[in-house]
Amino acid sequence: MSAVGSAPALRDVPGPSAVGGGAKRFFELTWLLASTDFKLNYLDTAFGYLWSLMRPLLLFGVLYTVFTKVLRFGGDIPHYADLVLFNIILYGFFSESTTRSVGCIPGSEHIVRKTQFPRLVIPLSVVLTGLFNLCLSLIAVFVFLIATGVTPRLTWLALPLILALLLLLTAGVSTLLSVLYVRFRDIAQIWGVLALAIFYASPVLYPVEKVPHSLQWLLLINPLAPLLTAGRRLVIDPNAPSTVDIVGSAWGIIGPALVLVVICVTAFWLFNRAAPQVAEEL
Amino acid sequence: MPMAERSIAVEVEDLHKSFRVPSRRIDTLKERALHLLSPVEYTTFEALRGLSFEIAEGECFGVVGRNGSGKTTLLKLLASIYRPDRGRIRVAGTLAPFIELSVGFNPNLTARNNVLLNGVMMGSTPKEARRRFDEVIEFAELEEFVELPLRNYSSGMSMRLGFSLMVFSEADVMLVDEVLAVGDASFAQKCADVFQRMRDEGRTIVLVTHDMDSLKAMCDRAILIEDGVIELAGDADPVAHRYLQINLSGPDGPPPIAVDGGGAQDAARIARTWLEDSSGERARSFEHGSPTRLCVDIDVRARIERPVLAFEICAADGTQVFGAPLALAEQDGRLEAGEQVEVRATVSNLLTPGRYVVNCALSQNGIDAVDLLRPAAQFVVTGEHQFGYVELEWECEIERRPRASAVEAVDR
Repeated sequence: MSAVGSAPALRDVPGPSAVGGGAKRFFELTWLLASTDFKLNYLDTAFGYLWSLMRPLLLFGVLYTVFTKVLRFGGDIPHYADLVLFNIILYGFFSESTTRSVGCIPGSEHIVRKTQFPRLVIPLSVVLTGLFNLCLSLIAVFVFLIATGVTPRLTWLALPLILALLLLLTAGVSTLLSVLYVRFRDIAQIWGVLALAIFYASPVLYPVEKVPHSLQWLLLINPLAPLLTAGRRLVIDPNAPSTVDIVGSAWGIIGPALVLVVICVTAFWLFNRAAPQVAEEL
Repeated sequence: MPMAERSIAVEVEDLHKSFRVPSRRIDTLKERALHLLSPVEYTTFEALRGLSFEIAEGECFGVVGRNGSGKTTLLKLLASIYRPDRGRIRVAGTLAPFIELSVGFNPNLTARNNVLLNGVMMGSTPKEARRRFDEVIEFAELEEFVELPLRNYSSGMSMRLGFSLMVFSEADVMLVDEVLAVGDASFAQKCADVFQRMRDEGRTIVLVTHDMDSLKAMCDRAILIEDGVIELAGDADPVAHRYLQINLSGPDGPPPIAVDGGGAQDAARIARTWLEDSSGERARSFEHGSPTRLCVDIDVRARIERPVLAFEICAADGTQVFGAPLALAEQDGRLEAGEQVEVRATVSNLLTPGRYVVNCALSQNGIDAVDLLRPAAQFVVTGEHQFGYVELEWECEIERRPRASAVEAVDR
């Protein structure tokens, strides 16, 4: 119990904040919230893992059939099926985490209004849950890749680097959405449409070299484009062109990197500013 | 327990907090875009206006006030859930808030996960939280339901879990909001014992409550908050006394319920009811022991046979403390249309301090309801702390004898 006798000194109470309370506690809380949520949603239900794979697999089946059989697309792209599946899983992590983050602060009202803890834990734990799920899904993807004849390569080991950048982007967008939603409840609908637009504007179903010249500016502002393109080069087809090759300058990397930085800085700034009042506005 | 010898555990200085309430709520981007040119007007609601107090280490400190007085805001400021506009809060050591006990749980998670999560939320490490888990569950008497999601718990069960978490909290200062009535009688007793033990151990407890009996039983000192400022600070007894005094001075209680009698409703009406003190003044607050006069005016519109006015005095928990039937027309057995009846019943006030409600019912022939007024009046009894509803006449002798011998005592 409390140390009677050696009375602790009086200290100012910290007040609510985005990140206060120490890095260790921040990480422990994020990890605990994410792992609890992950176990609840993916492991506790019967066939939880298979179930979580069903959605992306079904989406893959539909899109792959439509693109190859109806639109007759992709015949000239090596390992097109593998590319689509791999991209859908990566994009799925981004879209699922961001979508679930939109309402995560009001959704955690029961803890926000009752306890003091670094508020940024809430959106980040949602993203971490998504990351757990992504890692499990990737196992299935790699089984599929090997089964369909993609040769394992040393460059596969560089995938975590891509995932780390994807994680950063997802965390930034999720944080931004979660804080905006507290003020503007129609963010949920807006993001629903926007996420769909981003899906088609990113090289998920098509590789970068198929992007017509008039639309190449999209590659300059979309951080997902160089990530998916680099993922394809590292994992599926080492001979595929990079974003820099297509755009024709280093701006193919610098542009999206700048966008990524702007998103993350804005998200953190807004969240940090709103965190002390967030419990009052729910 | 003199204050000066102990160090300060919580220090609050000139605490201010206000909330901005928009005249029109804009919570979508669409509305924001539509109202670009018309700025939203805000009204400012000052919840706390300059609170200062100190709590000594090891003290059990009560915070009382009516709903909306600002005590919940104070609690949330202490707990770092809100940020003060002005002023300073300093705490020695760690502080754990227990606000609305069962509400902090995630209904989809099992008791196990909720306990672990809650422990870490309150500042423990995951390891500590796991170590304490068994004790928490055992105290809550929920061993069989550890893997059950909380949504399947009864409210009593989750309250017990919440209380149990609090019991095993190791924080130096505990903020406790309205939790003393948890579970059945035996669990409530267990909780009372735990509080006693915590006090004996020298834990600092801040207790927010509406229950003046537990305030007086538990707390050394207390503050009464009214309208965002400290109305009274000091020993628990006078604070409780003052709380009861002002509690009914504000807006009236629930509106009276109209009667649904058996056809005779329109025959007469209980027109007015009020209470008077011994000097004949209207009053709503009575000192224990001072006579209380119940006044009822009845307008008769049609003849009533064998009219009876019954009144009852009920305690705050609904228990009927006293009631009596009054035959209104002993001689001729009826009231005629147009008559007015004034009833003045003086009741000796043996009630213990607390809130009471008076209900009145008018009937004829002993069964047919004519009019019912519930509540007809409300009042508060103030005075020294006692248990129960009424003070019985009592006396007591205490005799002490010196111990015969040590051996005899051991044999016993």
